[in-house]
Amino acid sequence: MSSYTKSPTQFAFPSRILHWLMAACLIAMLFIGVAMVASLADYHTLLSIHRPLGILILLLAAVRLVTRLLTRLPDFPPSMAPQERFVAKASERLLYTLFFALPLVGWAMQSAGHYPIVMFGTVHLPPILPARPELYATLRETHTLLAYLLFLTFLAHVAAILFHTLILRDGLLERMVPWSVRAAEGKGRI
Amino acid sequence: MSTTESDQIYQPPTTPLRGSGLAVRLTAIVGAIVVTAGLFLYAGGWFTPHKLTPAGIVNTFEYLNGVHSGFRRNHAKGVCITGYFESNGQAQTISKAQVFLPGRVPIVGRFALAGGLPYADDTPKTIRSLAILFNQPDGEEWRTAMVNIPVFVVNTPQAFNEFQLASSPDPATGKNIPGAMPAFLANHPETAAALKVIGTHPFSSGFGDSPYYALNAFRFVNAQGESTPVRWYLAPDQTFEANSTAPTGKNYLFDGLIAQLHAKPLRWNLMLIVGQPGDSTADATQVWPSDRKQINAGALTINTIESEATSPTRDINFDPLVLPDGISPSDDPLLSARSAAYSQSFRRREGEHKEPSAISTSEVEK
Repeated sequence: MSSYTKSPTQFAFPSRILHWLMAACLIAMLFIGVAMVASLADYHTLLSIHRPLGILILLLAAVRLVTRLLTRLPDFPPSMAPQERFVAKASERLLYTLFFALPLVGWAMQSAGHYPIVMFGTVHLPPILPARPELYATLRETHTLLAYLLFLTFLAHVAAILFHTLILRDGLLERMVPWSVRAAEGKGRI
Repeated sequence: MSTTESDQIYQPPTTPLRGSGLAVRLTAIVGAIVVTAGLFLYAGGWFTPHKLTPAGIVNTFEYLNGVHSGFRRNHAKGVCITGYFESNGQAQTISKAQVFLPGRVPIVGRFALAGGLPYADDTPKTIRSLAILFNQPDGEEWRTAMVNIPVFVVNTPQAFNEFQLASSPDPATGKNIPGAMPAFLANHPETAAALKVIGTHPFSSGFGDSPYYALNAFRFVNAQGESTPVRWYLAPDQTFEANSTAPTGKNYLFDGLIAQLHAKPLRWNLMLIVGQPGDSTADATQVWPSDRKQINAGALTINTIESEATSPTRDINFDPLVLPDGISPSDDPLLSARSAAYSQSFRRREGEHKEPSAISTSEVEK
């Protein structure tokens, strides 16, 4: 394998920034979502953040997917068995699907529920579905189920990365850290 | 999403951990996951089951009234209307909302009786409500759910829940629990005071000659960014008649409204009460001093009436915090609580089979 076809040791810089930005948004979003449905006092404030933050996540997900398709991805470390690579790839696909599905289901559900899709000030989005009660009810339940699925996938993702980084010490996390890691440093020393 | 990693050959890690180092790190990983999951469940209220939630408020309604498939958990018996609001432009001094520019915006709305029983008989003393959705040309909406009492009976969601339980018949016996209401009033002097104020505003004869009050204070924001505390109510153009006639049928209030609207449109003026510094915006049981300036923002005309069976308004949640830019929530804790509880009621009823409404299509067309 000649040197210029060698895979990068890290994700492209924009992908790494988008990863951590979206991680912060998504963790905030999951906690806001689960807290607001149980809260009387903070429901409105949390909902006012939840809607525009969801649309921001949808936009970031679109940019991130395009960035991913346009850039070369780093290899999985040799410590990962083929079955584990398969699981890792499947979980990445699931996460990307949820990045798009959750905001779109939220937007669709608000549309079906005859709500205005308020962002901030006078800015609001058009409905993407007609107002239909039974559709609202189904999408509302779907939104919750997908959110729990995202939270569980997030936990599994964090557990797997921590296991690789702290136990196997194969430097898996270095593929995604925002700073630059040279190829020679690729083996874990943590 | 393709990678080239499959070209690589699997190699086990070169420096595996052993012994106590391994145990400490495994514990740390499991701990981090458990703590994160725990925080998530805590945020969702799983460890505080006795704290009142939006679902808890709606559960109280269902406990007291039963579950009536497809109906609102409160203000269950109603009829839908349409019309328009003609702004005179006078409210522009305190709000930049498009609805207050001079001109006409379409409205939809719903008259209803308070309570969770969709087939209850109309009575002269049941609280009447009017909910309105103003459709601004820019697509923003203003939704408001108003009632015919000048102040609300409680000022917190927790007190509301307790009041519901104390003031309603026990579902097991069909009778009010002896002593429950006096005990509640002893703990809530603000409710006793509010009930006195309500007593000095006798109900009118019907839906059409009644005022409707928004109860909660809001903040209006004008083009200069100035924020003003405001309460609003609808003042009827129809002459107020005393509430002296005995009920003539189980739907007599709705039938009277239907007859009036078949004869001619009904009209209200939208009155804005402008608060002053020091006026409480967080206590819906209090009235502001009577000398506060009032702005007549324009006339609300209702000209068509329709049964819930055919009107899309049945599936609108009159969430009082669906507001256009230029109207904001105040610090009244009831506002967020209403928004949350209405949303919970909406979520439940929208997925249910819809039973026919008491005020049927044929009744509305009579």
